[in-house]
Amino acid sequence: MKFQKLLMAAVGAFALSSAALAQQPIKVGMSMPQTGSLGAGGKAALVALQMWVEDVNAKGGLLNRKVELIAYDDQTNPALTPAIYTKLLDIDKVDLLIAPYGTVPTAPIMPLVKQRDLLLMGNFSFQVNRTVKHDKWFNNSPWNDASSWSDGFILNAQKLGSKTIAFLAADQEFAQNLANGARELAKKAGLKTVYDQNYPPTTVDFSTMIRAIRSAKPDIVFVMSYPNDSVAIVRAVNEIGVGESVKMFGGGMVGLQFTPIMSTLGSMLNGIVNYNSYVPGMKYPGIEDFLSRYAKKAVEAKVDPLGFYLPPFNYAIGQMLEQAINATKSLDHKVLAAYLHKNEMKTIVGPIRYGPDGEWANPRVVQAQFRGIVDKDIEQFRQPGKQVVLSPDAYKTGDVMAPFEKVRK
Amino acid sequence: MRFWISSACAFALAVLAAATLKNEYYFFAGYTVLMFVVLATAWNILGGYAGYVNFGTPAFFGLGAYTAVVVFKATAAPLVVQILAAAVMSGLLGFATGLLTLRLRGIFFAIATIAVTVIMETLFINWRYTGGATGLQLLRPAPVWPFESYITMLFVVMAAMTVAAIAIARYIETSWIGRGLRAIRDSEEAAECSGVSTLKLKVFACAISGALMGAAGAPMPMYLSFIEPASTFNLNYAIGALASPMIGGTAHYLGPVIGAVILSTIQQVVTVTISSELNVLVVGVLLVVFVVAAPEGILGLVKKLFPRKKP
Amino acid sequence: MIFSFELLLEAVVFGILLGCFYAAVSIGLSVSFGLLDVPHVAHPAIMVFGAYCTYLLGQYGFDPILAGIVLMPPFFLLGMGVYRFYYETFEKRGSDAGVRGIAFFFGLTLIIEVGLILVFGVDQRSAEAPYIGKALSLGEMRIPWRFIVSFGVALVLMTALTLYLSKTFTGRAIKAVAQDEGALRLMGADPVWIKQWAFGIATAVSALAGAMLIIVGPVEPSLDRVYIGRTFAVVVLAGLGSMTGTLAAGLILGISESIVLMHFGASWAPAVAFGLLLVVLGIRPQGLFGR
Repeated sequence: MKFQKLLMAAVGAFALSSAALAQQPIKVGMSMPQTGSLGAGGKAALVALQMWVEDVNAKGGLLNRKVELIAYDDQTNPALTPAIYTKLLDIDKVDLLIAPYGTVPTAPIMPLVKQRDLLLMGNFSFQVNRTVKHDKWFNNSPWNDASSWSDGFILNAQKLGSKTIAFLAADQEFAQNLANGARELAKKAGLKTVYDQNYPPTTVDFSTMIRAIRSAKPDIVFVMSYPNDSVAIVRAVNEIGVGESVKMFGGGMVGLQFTPIMSTLGSMLNGIVNYNSYVPGMKYPGIEDFLSRYAKKAVEAKVDPLGFYLPPFNYAIGQMLEQAINATKSLDHKVLAAYLHKNEMKTIVGPIRYGPDGEWANPRVVQAQFRGIVDKDIEQFRQPGKQVVLSPDAYKTGDVMAPFEKVRK
Repeated sequence: MRFWISSACAFALAVLAAATLKNEYYFFAGYTVLMFVVLATAWNILGGYAGYVNFGTPAFFGLGAYTAVVVFKATAAPLVVQILAAAVMSGLLGFATGLLTLRLRGIFFAIATIAVTVIMETLFINWRYTGGATGLQLLRPAPVWPFESYITMLFVVMAAMTVAAIAIARYIETSWIGRGLRAIRDSEEAAECSGVSTLKLKVFACAISGALMGAAGAPMPMYLSFIEPASTFNLNYAIGALASPMIGGTAHYLGPVIGAVILSTIQQVVTVTISSELNVLVVGVLLVVFVVAAPEGILGLVKKLFPRKKP
Repeated sequence: MIFSFELLLEAVVFGILLGCFYAAVSIGLSVSFGLLDVPHVAHPAIMVFGAYCTYLLGQYGFDPILAGIVLMPPFFLLGMGVYRFYYETFEKRGSDAGVRGIAFFFGLTLIIEVGLILVFGVDQRSAEAPYIGKALSLGEMRIPWRFIVSFGVALVLMTALTLYLSKTFTGRAIKAVAQDEGALRLMGADPVWIKQWAFGIATAVSALAGAMLIIVGPVEPSLDRVYIGRTFAVVVLAGLGSMTGTLAAGLILGISESIVLMHFGASWAPAVAFGLLLVVLGIRPQGLFGR
């Protein structure tokens, strides 16, 4: 009797487990900075990925299996990501991998995925595949190399007949990569550098540097800064002024894409020309629907309520995986990578084609100018025209207004 | 003798694990835990025995890591050479720090080590050869025979360094050096009066401690195959190195080992389970609870609970 | 690089303002660490906590300075509590207090930091006031009002503390406790109580310093890491517990930093400030203005 029961239980358990195996979800694994310097952006991106998982499961999943997202917090600390990704691969046995947001946390896992020959969907990192040259790397960021970032800015500067340029760059990984690209472009464009300063990450106040820029009388000022510094720099500019000579100001300021910062700075933003990934008014199929659904989730999750910068591109990662898996009916990384290389991906951030290095073949970094911004109003940023697209040409909604100090008034 | 047998056993176990286990996660996680054991042990030589609080662990660790990168980039020398070079450089930094700050006590010394960290970081931010602020990606060479994967090799190397670090700490603790350092901690004047050469001892402890931290940092660039100043000179290393001995106990060489194993294991687990700010909170709370409620650390608690006559 | 007398003069002016700000955020530490010898590593974290409280009060329409003043009494009590706890657990036990005391305050720093993250999130917070975001124009020179305000508050605070320490009975007792505890006991005053009182004052001052922190720039939970080096550098450069020394040391730090930022490679600024600190520690550990 006892034995029978035991047997029954064992058979039951077996049946259950085999049934579970058939329905075992497709696991998508990643680490995402949810604390540390990139934490705010990471949390918003995670909401978007979670939305994709819900959407795809509502449609019945992929290959008739549910999709499950496993995301750990890497605290924006690259020392943690190798262990997290091996955990994902060897313990959680995930089927697909997405890279953490940012270049520094991604860099340490590149050798791992190359060694094991895995597909990795990049997440707003910058040229992280340059030395590793992995053929199954696909970045979601609308830039490829450093020049793709700043050429829109420099081109507009040339249109205004600028001759001289000033650089102000944070002494940190991302900003320095950009700065080096921008310096080369400026040299090619025949712009004379009249001021070039790298400031340390712990700088308390920027008044002195803005003052020095003013006395250098440059035609354009290219700034590459991190969120906290961006706020301090914009404030200092507002107080000290950069002078009548400056036609354009901005370029690579990280943070001016994030809603809390945009709404804190308010009218101080006017006139600044800065990079972005998406601004309202760009006609991508499905993005408006995504953003309105995201807005509701964001309030619950207490993350960036507008979410223009990172979330749509994270949703796009999901869409690309979905498209590749549905088209190939496979989870084999080789097959998926081949599909991603060959075909155009249809996403809410527009069509994407990949170059051999796994970056976008046609980069689409937006350079947009803030105009008519008033203080303390988050909703205004949803309207097209508050950020006028100057570049790329295909999405252009206006011409750059100059000089900088005049546009601010 | 018992010490050598048990550490030989522990090391053999690590090698065995490397030979048999296929699951790489344990090596990645284990490497981090062992690295913190080395850092905590090194910290304790100066902090625990001599009572000098060092906030500058990242300076020594980072200098070691960058030395390894320079050696690797310039000569492509094998890992062992990188580690030795790192130990020498960080040992020299320790020596210099010791000389410069030998008149300083308590918090003054701690402040000086913060200053050293900031200066080292600034130095490497501005040195373009090692990538400067943008960082540098490194291509890992093939692992050396008999290892099949680089991470198991790094794991075994770190295990060997752990044994070496503990052995050094144990030697220092049980020899005249340890007695001298403890005398310094209890009262520097009294130690000086009773003929202890406090100056030499302090500089020595500083150099040895620095060298071990440097050695612990040397394989890091290869572990990450990437190096960048902000994360290399991260405050986390200082927190781990300081908190572990406080939790485990500073009086015995096993204290930092126990503390580091517990602390970094908890951190590894929290990272892949709860995944939030709690990671830092765990360290803070444990640190405060232990220094307040159990000043002798876990070892002290054990001693209190199971009193044993001295052999 | 551009070099002109006019610019150098402006760098010095900015340096003086920045230096006064540095002095202001260091006064609390100058009392708690400089006079009382408490290894108060959590000082910057408590200031950041004060800055967040200022932000909270700002939501109810409080001016940052006013909020800072309102916060002083509760912070005074908080400081007394912290010191009592520190005394009971560490100073009383004696010998090994140094290492553990530092570790205790270090742990406290981490807890405050994470606590702020859990409550407020990692986003920056900033205060609003009529003097934030505007500048005073003097010819070509423009000076942000927020620095002028912090300059004024710093001077008032510094003068008040100096007067308090030299003119009142308790103030003199605080100074005495730093030099000779035994003598104070003979005079019939309880040194522990005096120290507790002084630590309360130091913490109350930190609340106002926190308000200045959020006036000068936006704050985030990990901001304390930026200031831990700078505040201790100021106090050590000053020589322990010297109020005028604190001001002078803040000015030295501020002016040297501002000149480096304006004229030389800005990325070397941290090395200049901390190199200076190391040199002073190595050559003259009692500080530039110490006894």
